[in-house]
Amino acid sequence: MKSSRLPATTVWLTLLFFYLPILVLVVNSFNAHKYGGSWDGFTLKWYVRLFEDRAVWHALGNSLVVALASTIVSTVLGTVAAYAMSRFASRLQKVQYGLIYMPLIVPDILMGMSLLLFFLSVGFELGLASICVAHITFCISYVAMVVFARLQDFDYSIMEAAYDLGADSRTAVLKVLLPALAPGIAAGALLAFTLSIDDFVITFFVSGPGSSTLPVHIYSMMKHSRFMPVINALSTLLLVVTFAAVGVSQYLTTKKGNGVK
Amino acid sequence: MIPPRVREWIISVPAMAWLVVFFLIPTLVIFVIAFKPATPMGGLGEGWTLDTWRELGNPNYPDIMMRTLRLSFYCTAACILIGLPFSYYMARAAEKLQRWLLMLVIIPFWTNFLIRVFAWKAVLHPEGPLKHLLVSLGAVPPDTMLLYNEGAVLLVMVYTYLPFAIMPLYASIEKFDFSLMEAAQDLGAGRVVFFSRVFLPGIRRGIQTAVLMVLIPALGSYVIPDILGGPTSEMLGNKIAQRAFADRNLPHAAALSALLCAGVMLLLIGWGLLARHRQKRGLT
Repeated sequence: MKSSRLPATTVWLTLLFFYLPILVLVVNSFNAHKYGGSWDGFTLKWYVRLFEDRAVWHALGNSLVVALASTIVSTVLGTVAAYAMSRFASRLQKVQYGLIYMPLIVPDILMGMSLLLFFLSVGFELGLASICVAHITFCISYVAMVVFARLQDFDYSIMEAAYDLGADSRTAVLKVLLPALAPGIAAGALLAFTLSIDDFVITFFVSGPGSSTLPVHIYSMMKHSRFMPVINALSTLLLVVTFAAVGVSQYLTTKKGNGVK
Repeated sequence: MIPPRVREWIISVPAMAWLVVFFLIPTLVIFVIAFKPATPMGGLGEGWTLDTWRELGNPNYPDIMMRTLRLSFYCTAACILIGLPFSYYMARAAEKLQRWLLMLVIIPFWTNFLIRVFAWKAVLHPEGPLKHLLVSLGAVPPDTMLLYNEGAVLLVMVYTYLPFAIMPLYASIEKFDFSLMEAAQDLGAGRVVFFSRVFLPGIRRGIQTAVLMVLIPALGSYVIPDILGGPTSEMLGNKIAQRAFADRNLPHAAALSALLCAGVMLLLIGWGLLARHRQKRGLT
């Protein structure tokens, strides 16, 4: 069969579609023209304005506090759940799997709305604490899934071997299980941190006055067109951080891979 | 020594308890509050009522429901139609190119969702680059509005959800046995017959997953129509947020959320039934 040109064309057009808006955004962050309609010359004034904006830094601080707290709690809860699901094959674990799987499917707006109604009905004050609770809730599922996948390859007979050699269960877990799981747990924690830093919809529903995280603050800036170029500058900086993080993690995983081979 | 059954409970309870309290119960609370009366102060009244559900008959709502279904459906169709040739090329490419393409599909995931939507606002802006280009090419009259309409919403929905379709499609095409292609060819099948009778059924599971991965979040879209749509392109998610924040009518917001939740559950149940039916017939 003659191979069609259609797939190749789709790929290159789609990649253009994926990256064109991001490119426009980066270019406009250096454009003196306010709406980026034409090139009015190179400027760094949007970056200067960004650095002078105290509210942005306050929101970034909130985001980091929330992400750190939710990563720690959800990594512990998710890892323990993943271990239980892989170690035991009972009806209880089926229920647990269902409970962990559901938050991954439900649309964000439903999760945000249900938590908002829940917090209001039980009188839980909306603020950084409620945001943390919401983030932990969706991060548990992601951590559990990542660690669970890692545990599929884990050979429990080496735990038995540790017991035979006189290890108690504490030692077996700390010296055998956890080191073997460490890359999976680290990947899960990294995912939880990223998801927490990035989340807008759920956070928007459960945040209270003064507890804006960075995405919630960016959203309020978007409502005023005078902030448009400042958001371009902020987005460009965030892109640089993201690409650096992807690059570093990529470098670390390929390096480790070579070591094993 | 603690018996294993007790040990299992001790390590299962923390995550399960958390998810029951902060996921399962809040989801049920939606259905409860939808039957509560609203107070003018934005709180909840005593007793129970069906008033909220009667108000959903208001002619505004069927319009919004239909638009939500229509846009989500178009978005899913577009994602599958673009995702199929994309993942096909990716799965058939050399290993190194495959890795690169995979990275390029994932990177948009790593950039903040709000920022990606915002980037489109700049591209489609009346004084932005795309409008300039289209007008200078004579493709559109100068008074065309690219922003704040259903087209803009649909375009960016496809942009946002396309990677969700490409991933499962790529995973299933990568596993597809392409020696079947030669077999079909030897048996005299043309390209169209091979595609519709061998290839599509072979990757059916990937297509179904891709449909769900796009359709479910698309039905709950809120940010995209909020930032890029106008009053005539509102979706269910916008109404939920308006009722919850602008008019502070919590039962109303809850009833709309309950509808969305029921829709998502119906989709999942349908998907489960389909899978079971196929399993029974021995077609996995």
